[in-house]
Amino acid sequence: MNGYEAVIGLEVHVELKTDSKIFCHSSTAFGGAQNRQVCPVCLGLPGTLPVLNRQVVEYGIRVALALNCEVARFCKFDRKHYFYPDLPKNYQISQYDLPLAYDGHLDFRTDDGEQHRCRIVRVHMEEDAGKLIHRNENAKAPYALVDYNRTGVPLLEIVSGPDIRSAEAARAYLVELKTVIQYTGVSDCKMEEGSLRCDANVSVRPRGSEVLGTKTEIKNLNSFRAVHKALDYEIKRQISVYEAGGRVVQETRSWDEEKGVTVPMRSKEEADDYRYFPDPDLVPLVISQSWIDKIQQDLPELPEARRRRYRKEYGLSAYDAQVLTMFRETAEYFEECVRLYPHPKTVANWVMGDLARLLNAEQVEIGDCRVRPGQLAALLRLIDAGTISGKIAKEILEEMFASGKDPQAVVAEKDLVQITDADTLGTLVDEVLANHPGPVQDYRQGKTKALGFLVGQVMKATRGKANPALVNALLKEKLDR
Amino acid sequence: MPLKLYDLTAHELRELLTRREVSATEVCRAVFERLAEVEGTVQAYITLDRAGALARAEEVDRDLRAGRDLPLLAGIPFAIKDNICTRGLATTCASRMLHNFVPPYDATVIEKLNAQRAVIIGKTNMDEFAMGSSTEHSAYFTTRNPWAPDRVPGGSSGGSAAAVAAGTAVCALGSDTGGSIRQPAAFCGVVGMKPTYGLVSRYGLVAFASSLDQIGPLTRDFTDCALVLNAICGPDERDSTSAPGGTGDYTAFLLDDVRGLRLGLPREYLGDGLDEGVRRIVLEAAAVFAQRGAHVEEVTLPHTEYALPTYYLIAPAEASSNLARYDGVRYGYRAPVTGDAVDMFKATRSRGFGAEVKRRVMLGTYALSAGYYDAYYLKALKVRTLIRRDFEQAFEKFDLLLAPTTPEPAFRIGDKTEDPIKMYLSDMFTLAVNLAGLPAVSLPGGFLDGLPVGIQLIGKPFAEGTLLRAGYAFQQTTDHHRRQPALTGEILHAAGGGSPKDENGSLFPGEGRR
Repeated sequence: MNGYEAVIGLEVHVELKTDSKIFCHSSTAFGGAQNRQVCPVCLGLPGTLPVLNRQVVEYGIRVALALNCEVARFCKFDRKHYFYPDLPKNYQISQYDLPLAYDGHLDFRTDDGEQHRCRIVRVHMEEDAGKLIHRNENAKAPYALVDYNRTGVPLLEIVSGPDIRSAEAARAYLVELKTVIQYTGVSDCKMEEGSLRCDANVSVRPRGSEVLGTKTEIKNLNSFRAVHKALDYEIKRQISVYEAGGRVVQETRSWDEEKGVTVPMRSKEEADDYRYFPDPDLVPLVISQSWIDKIQQDLPELPEARRRRYRKEYGLSAYDAQVLTMFRETAEYFEECVRLYPHPKTVANWVMGDLARLLNAEQVEIGDCRVRPGQLAALLRLIDAGTISGKIAKEILEEMFASGKDPQAVVAEKDLVQITDADTLGTLVDEVLANHPGPVQDYRQGKTKALGFLVGQVMKATRGKANPALVNALLKEKLDR
Repeated sequence: MPLKLYDLTAHELRELLTRREVSATEVCRAVFERLAEVEGTVQAYITLDRAGALARAEEVDRDLRAGRDLPLLAGIPFAIKDNICTRGLATTCASRMLHNFVPPYDATVIEKLNAQRAVIIGKTNMDEFAMGSSTEHSAYFTTRNPWAPDRVPGGSSGGSAAAVAAGTAVCALGSDTGGSIRQPAAFCGVVGMKPTYGLVSRYGLVAFASSLDQIGPLTRDFTDCALVLNAICGPDERDSTSAPGGTGDYTAFLLDDVRGLRLGLPREYLGDGLDEGVRRIVLEAAAVFAQRGAHVEEVTLPHTEYALPTYYLIAPAEASSNLARYDGVRYGYRAPVTGDAVDMFKATRSRGFGAEVKRRVMLGTYALSAGYYDAYYLKALKVRTLIRRDFEQAFEKFDLLLAPTTPEPAFRIGDKTEDPIKMYLSDMFTLAVNLAGLPAVSLPGGFLDGLPVGIQLIGKPFAEGTLLRAGYAFQQTTDHHRRQPALTGEILHAAGGGSPKDENGSLFPGEGRR
């Protein structure tokens, strides 16, 4: 990298989760039986006509506003022509010179804590294509099958400016973009299901140069990791080409995940002429300011604003704020807990710690979590009241997570109420001291570490129910006597 | 002479049907008997649906017997151009490419005719994908002009016009992209209307040039024209370009009164390239209108000469895109090839399309190509605006424009097939109307050497009512529309007709009609 700088721009396609497709009534549901979610319109049968789904525009505007874009008051749809068997009309209805929105930006933070801003050049609407299915690639079957279920599913294409300077920044941009879009509620943004897809344009140039180098376009990036690794590879490859005195060829390259390399797909010379022209079957789209205003009002608080608020109002660290806002549902869960139990740092620790561990282990979304915010708050109040210890609380949370029961009920059922009676504990402490003369002696000779062992013995004897602070105090009192 | 049911108009048949003097089944049988008599000569239809037609007629008769009120077009025999989708009935666009295409849905206009309980006789011949002016570009056969079987019926809706003229349908639907309803109406001596762009839903009309295409009626008089227009017009949520709002009852415009109407005679439509006899007929028609109390004056449409080149950039550009979907993957013809998908596309499109379609697809592809778009397509869009403004200015002073429909009457089969430009010039007076999105109608204005000559009325956007009023009044004063071709039952063996065109001899085994 020394002496060179990478220039990266990302083109991201996001599938919008409307009920029906962009230009017809067919369902957009993922994973249905092949060629069942189709109709004459999305199959492009002769004589059919597209009719724009208003929900797609609304979702598009929502994302555009979340990305600080200007929303066009007047835009139109164009036809992009190329022949491919998964494209029923052999043109894709897209937007060419008058996109839905333009001139926005996205702020994001890389793992090193540095803050970045990337311009959003444009956001436009288009229809998805179908999927080719090769029955048996090895046998080189003389045919392929096509599934048109995805044909006509609404897509939003989001084009960034060439403002990204490293593979890590590209990954961080993408993560933040995904987070913002998920907040707007218009897409699942699942890279593995293809509801978020990313192509990267990358070039390198001598550091300090204002001139752009020759770019390549990287496709087949199916995960955030792939984006990071492929760009890392491609930047190094381009630098080594220049170092060897060669020149980079403008071309499209594909990321080979297994081999960890990018390989050429097609060069600029073979590039298609898409013959864009305005789709005469659709009328220009006029968007009223009042509609834009309404959508703006209904936008949820976005992750960056939330993060700022968490740091300022709740006094959380930048890291905690980042983790808690990664998903809108997590943030909302967290805030609801804080509303009921106003100790943000404690709540954050539980949500990011034990609860997150349970959710991960069981692959449960926080929205489906059986422990509701009110129940978590109640659990935390039981600790504060001294009814249970923090350690027991973890056990109780597990039980709550499995059964959905209230913490009070779990405590009662399992007889987990903390022992805070000094007399009961005093007897136990005496027994432990009598049974472990060695550690007692160690402690008295100044090896204070032995205290931990003794506390552990008392806890063990009470199956964790003893109030640890009280045990500590009693032990010290008796040992120091 | 016995009553010939097939020669009556829809409104006359309606009278007979409601008075129970004839049954819908009798009307339907009369049409199929007429078909047996003259279809061998005329060859208007690609597909006949005798069973479907009779079933519908019998259903109408049951309701008539039960004394039920029926819509105005119930039991009326219709011919449908073969680029309008009919569920379960082949819709070929007269192309090899769609020789086996049976739509799983009805066009909006077909749904509307079905709601009227109209009787669909069959699907009519046309130039392939509506590209042509004579039906000679049909992949199957050439339709004959009922007035002179050695001449073309016009096109592209030649089959629909010929059927109405020959008595093998009472009314018909056609489509008009640059004159494809009006020109064959003129050649066959019937009334053919191209409505305002957006008045009639295009859903289910196989697209040629989306910004120009419009479905319209071909009928024997203006009362029928109004009835059919009433039935098929109106907004459609499946067509984004269909015009919103109600349309009212067009028969209210059938007034026999043109007093005070201001009629413009565009100078550019009466100059070079116009047959003297046709010019005389147009001027005679102007005199009829003047005599009935209309004000007739000359007007200028200065950009008229650019209409043809403009049209031949915009229409092929849109066509090249609209016809991209015919690739052999999902429906229609697929060339038997080995190789990859691209090989299949190439072979399918090379063999599936006829020469004229390929010419226009190439023309349009070129006009939209990087580096040429601005010079051709974009420039054409700008000229289109100038042409529209010409009309807007003319309509500041006039209610209607009167012009010839075609430069000459029906030409002989084979006369223009060698020279595309000669063929294109056949539409020189009809193209501008499509570019401007206006309504226009061709009606019989007189005869030259036994051949009908059409005159054209052009109106303001959504002024179909004014066209109907003027046309109706003209037909109350004249009787050109009452003349009928002297078609006999005798089969004429004119050159070239009869069997479908099949270069390979394999695609259409047996006869052309299915």
